[in-house]
Amino acid sequence: MNEPVIKVRGLVTRFGEQVVHDGLDLEVRHGEVLGVVGGSGSGKSVLLRTIVGLNHPAAGHIEVLGKSTQGLSDAQWRELEARWGVLFQSGALFSSLTVADNVKLPLKEHAHISAHMRAELAALKIAMVGLPPDSCSKFPSQLSGGMKKRAGLARALALDPELLFLDEPTAGLDPISAAAFDELIRSLQQSLGLTVFMVTHDLDSLTAICDRIAVLVDKKIKVDTMENLLGDPHPWIQAYFHGPRGRAARHVEASEPAP
Amino acid sequence: MDQQVETGSVESRIEGGVLVVIPRGDWRLGAIPVLDQRMASIRGGGARQAHFDLSQLGEIDSAGAWLLSRTRERLEKAGVKVTLDGAAPGQEALIEKVMAVGCPPPAHHGPHHYLIELVEGIGAGLFHAIKQTRDLLDFFGAVVIGFFRQFLQPRRIRPISLIAQIEQTGLNAMPIIGLISFLIGVVLAYQGYDQLRAFGGQIFTVNLVGISVLREMGILLTAIIVAGRTGSSFTAQIGTMQVNEEVDALRTLGLDPLDVLVLPRVTALVIALPLLTFYSDMAALTGGGVACVLLLDMSAPQYLTQLSHAVSMQHFLVGMSKAPIFALLIAMVGCFEGLRVTGSAESVGQLTTQSVVESLFLVIVFDALFSVFFSFLHI
Repeated sequence: MNEPVIKVRGLVTRFGEQVVHDGLDLEVRHGEVLGVVGGSGSGKSVLLRTIVGLNHPAAGHIEVLGKSTQGLSDAQWRELEARWGVLFQSGALFSSLTVADNVKLPLKEHAHISAHMRAELAALKIAMVGLPPDSCSKFPSQLSGGMKKRAGLARALALDPELLFLDEPTAGLDPISAAAFDELIRSLQQSLGLTVFMVTHDLDSLTAICDRIAVLVDKKIKVDTMENLLGDPHPWIQAYFHGPRGRAARHVEASEPAP
Repeated sequence: MDQQVETGSVESRIEGGVLVVIPRGDWRLGAIPVLDQRMASIRGGGARQAHFDLSQLGEIDSAGAWLLSRTRERLEKAGVKVTLDGAAPGQEALIEKVMAVGCPPPAHHGPHHYLIELVEGIGAGLFHAIKQTRDLLDFFGAVVIGFFRQFLQPRRIRPISLIAQIEQTGLNAMPIIGLISFLIGVVLAYQGYDQLRAFGGQIFTVNLVGISVLREMGILLTAIIVAGRTGSSFTAQIGTMQVNEEVDALRTLGLDPLDVLVLPRVTALVIALPLLTFYSDMAALTGGGVACVLLLDMSAPQYLTQLSHAVSMQHFLVGMSKAPIFALLIAMVGCFEGLRVTGSAESVGQLTTQSVVESLFLVIVFDALFSVFFSFLHI
C-alpha cells in the first residue's frame, strides 16, 4: 500500500507550439488528498485530463494504481477506469438522463447486478452526497449548480473507486455550500479510504481538506505541505499564499478551535 | 471488478437465542449479487437479538456496507435487536456513514395501466398541439409587430447580420439546390416522354416540364431543401444559444432577441427564398431541356420556342408568389422552436427535428391551400 497511487515521470504536454508541461514529475500517495493549484492556463485541468487518459502526452510516463497507462488494451483500460471516478468542472451530467439514471450508468456498464439493486445503490449514493430523495427523478437542467456537482460526485462514486479526480469541485458555489462540499469530500474520503486528486482555486478548501498541495509553476510541479510552501521563495507561490486572499483563508483556519 | 479479490461469504447460526452473523472475505460490488441472496435468506428464527461479528471481514465498500445496513434494517423491522462489532476503524466509519444515510427507497413510478396511459397520451398530445398552435400564432404576431417597428425605427435593422444570413441561407444553398433541381427536370422529362409517347404527343413533354416546374416543383423543392438545411440550422443555432444562456445575456444587455436573432433570419430568408426559387426554376428547365434535346431530337432553340408557347408569365408568378410565404413559415418555425429550447442538449436535438417536421408540414399544407385558392380564381 506504500506504492504511490499516481506516479508521473517526465511528462511533456504540447498543444501545437505551446508547451503546457515540460518534464513534470508527480507522486500521489495512497489515501491522501492532494490539492493542485496554479495560475489560469497553467495546465491543471490538462494534467488531470492527461492522467485519466483524455489527452495524450507528448512524452513521459504515467502510472495509475500500479499500472502504466500507456499501451493498455481496451479491456485493461475499462478495468482501470472502473477503479477511479472523475468529477468534471460543471458536473458533466448526461442531460438526457435523470440524476438516478446518471448514477446507475456506470453500475450498469461495469457491475453485473440486478436492476433493482442498481436502483437501490444509486439511491444510496445520491443520499450519501446529501441530495434529497426527490432529486433522483429530476433532470440535470432542473438542478442548481451545487446540486449538479453533488450529483456528479454521486456518479463518480458509483463504483466505489479507489481514486477520485475532482476538477474545481467548489468553484461557483457559495461559501456555505463550498464548505459543506469540502466536508463531504473529507468524510467520504475518510470513510471510503479514497485517494483524492483535486484541482482547485479555493484557498479555503486547500487549507481545510488537503494533506499536500501541488503547485504548477514554470511547467513543472512542486508538491509540499501548506507550511513548507508558505516559506517557498518562488515569486508566484509567494504571491499566491501571501496575497490578501491567502492570508485571510489561513487566518480563519488558524483561529478556528481544533475539532 | 478486481479479479484477484477473495469473494465474500457469510455464515449465520443461532447461538443461545442470539442470531450470529459472521461476514467473511471481501464484501465488494462484484460479490454483491451472491451475498444479497445469502443475506436475504437470513431469518430471525425466533431470536430476539442478532449480532453481526465483523472481525473476519476483509475489504468492504459502500455496496457491502449497504447490504449490511439493509439486512439490519430488515431484522429490526421484524423486532430483532441488532448489534455490530469487530470492524476495523476505517470500515466502521464507512458502515456508520451508510447506516446514518439509511436505505432510501429507490424512486419508482406508480403502476399504470397501458390503456389509461394511451388515453392520457392522446389527451396530452391534443392539448400540446393546441398550445403549440397558439404559441406559434403569438410568435407570428410578435414578428409582424417587430417588422413594423423596424420600419418606424430603421436603426433597429441589423444590415451586417442580415447580409450574412442571406449569404448563408441563399448563396451557400445554391450548389445543392441547382443540382437537385436540374436532376428533377431531367426525371420529369424522361417520365413525361415515356407516357406521352403512347399518344404520339411527345412534344408536350416540354409543356409538362415547363408548367409543373414553374407552378409547383421549383418552389416546393426549394422550400423542402431550405426547410431541411436552413430551418434546422436556425433552431440549432438559437437553441444552443439558449442553452448557453446567450439569449438571456442579450436581454440583460437591453437587446431584444427578436431584433437581433429572429428578424434578420426571417428577413434574410424572405429575400433569399424567392431568388433561390427563380434559380431552381431555371436549373430544372435546363435539366428538362437537356433531356428533351437528347430524347426528342430537338434543337435547343426549338425547345425554347415550344417552352415559350407552353408557359405564360402567369405560371411563373403563381410559383414565385408562394416563395415569400413559405420563407416566412420556415424561418418563423425555425426561430420559434429554437427559442423554445430549455437547458439541455437533448432538447436542442428534439426541437430541431420538430422544427423541420413542422415547417415541412406547414409548407405542404399551404401549398395545398394555394392550389385550391388559385383554382378558385381560375388562374
